[in-house]
Amino acid sequence: MAGLAGEIKHLVIKEFHIEWKNKNTIMGILLYILSTIFVCYLTFKQVVDPPTWNALFWIIMLFASVNAVSKGFLQESAGRTLYYYSLASAEAIILSKLMYNILLMILLALISFAFYSLFLPNIVEDMPWFLLGVIAGSTGLAAAFTMVSAIAYKANNNGVLVAILGFPIILPLMLVVIKFSNEALVGVDRMDSLDNLLIISLLDVIIIVLSYLLFPYLWRD
Amino acid sequence: MNERMKGVWWKLLAVALVVYTISAGLTVEVPALAILHETIRNLFFHVTMWFGMMILMLVSVVYSIKFLSSSDESNDIVASESAHVGMLFGSMGLATGMVWAYFTWGDWWVSDPKLNGAAVTILVYLAYFILRGSMDDPTKRAKVAAVYNIFAFVLLIVFLKILPDMTDSLHPGNGGNPGFNTYDTTPKLKMVFYPAIIGWTLMGVWIVSLRVRLKTLAINKMEQQ
Repeated sequence: MAGLAGEIKHLVIKEFHIEWKNKNTIMGILLYILSTIFVCYLTFKQVVDPPTWNALFWIIMLFASVNAVSKGFLQESAGRTLYYYSLASAEAIILSKLMYNILLMILLALISFAFYSLFLPNIVEDMPWFLLGVIAGSTGLAAAFTMVSAIAYKANNNGVLVAILGFPIILPLMLVVIKFSNEALVGVDRMDSLDNLLIISLLDVIIIVLSYLLFPYLWRD
Repeated sequence: MNERMKGVWWKLLAVALVVYTISAGLTVEVPALAILHETIRNLFFHVTMWFGMMILMLVSVVYSIKFLSSSDESNDIVASESAHVGMLFGSMGLATGMVWAYFTWGDWWVSDPKLNGAAVTILVYLAYFILRGSMDDPTKRAKVAAVYNIFAFVLLIVFLKILPDMTDSLHPGNGGNPGFNTYDTTPKLKMVFYPAIIGWTLMGVWIVSLRVRLKTLAINKMEQQ
């Protein structure tokens, strides 16, 4: 177990190093999110209806996560993949990818939320509770798209595949997340919306456990 | 002769049950319920399609798991063919449901958790077929498809479990609508409904077995060439 933890630590640090060296990629994704938000701002002008404001935010998050997370596997070259294969266990690779993508996605989600609030006036009643939903929701999005992009990577690196494989299976999470953040948006009593937060966490756990169990089969050639 | 009978009896049973479903389904005495009226007979043709589909999808997932633990490619053929036939059942369930909805609710498609669940199921399996089609190497295709099949099926079940709690359904028996629940389903309906599930499912299994044989023959022929 100590060996696995060590491997994961090194792999996560490696991910950060690669990201730092290719700052261009991450900046590109930030710009992608910013442009999307700006397009929404110019087309919608003003969103006063809380459910619409909320749904729009999560749709932007969905597309952001497809792009941000799927690059994780898709940008790896075949040679480098073979190198990891000889160095680390499949479990360590998926756990480190999951951990890194979740951290990245939470960070991106918080930045996007700041931009989104800037352009489309923030109407959230219960801010800490909403942010908790953003964190739990982006965890699930990141985890699901990590696994889906691993599948797409094995299937000849097809970019469209990530979206068509991912969208239908991400729906349960999206629906609960949208419901939960809607409740935070209008300021429902926290005890009443706690159930939904638990369901989101449960879905996150299910996605992570499934990825952990299934990834080794995918990885071994 | 005896050996042959062993493989044949369940096919005879399937035919008998489906014939019984169609004849009894159209003639059995049904409770007089508002809105539903005679369309309650769709219970034997529409609802049973979903049962058949979910059973076939479950078979598909079980064979995907078997493939991952054994790497025996015949398991992958069963998994893929069950999913295909499951989709056939799903399409028929959707078609029978849409016709019924048009005459009962007045529209071909309404926002209803059961309809959305069906639509998502179909999207998942279409994605599964696209995924299979995007790979040429059979071993790799089998492995990647099995992983997606299991991953998607678990989340799909969660989705179908969560969805009804999120919104109210228009379906008979839900949200105070009369229909398929313990109070409205008379013993006479059940006498047709349960055999109908078994009959249609056996039909599905039969189609799967034929498709698997066909596929296996095609693969063997390819290898000989």
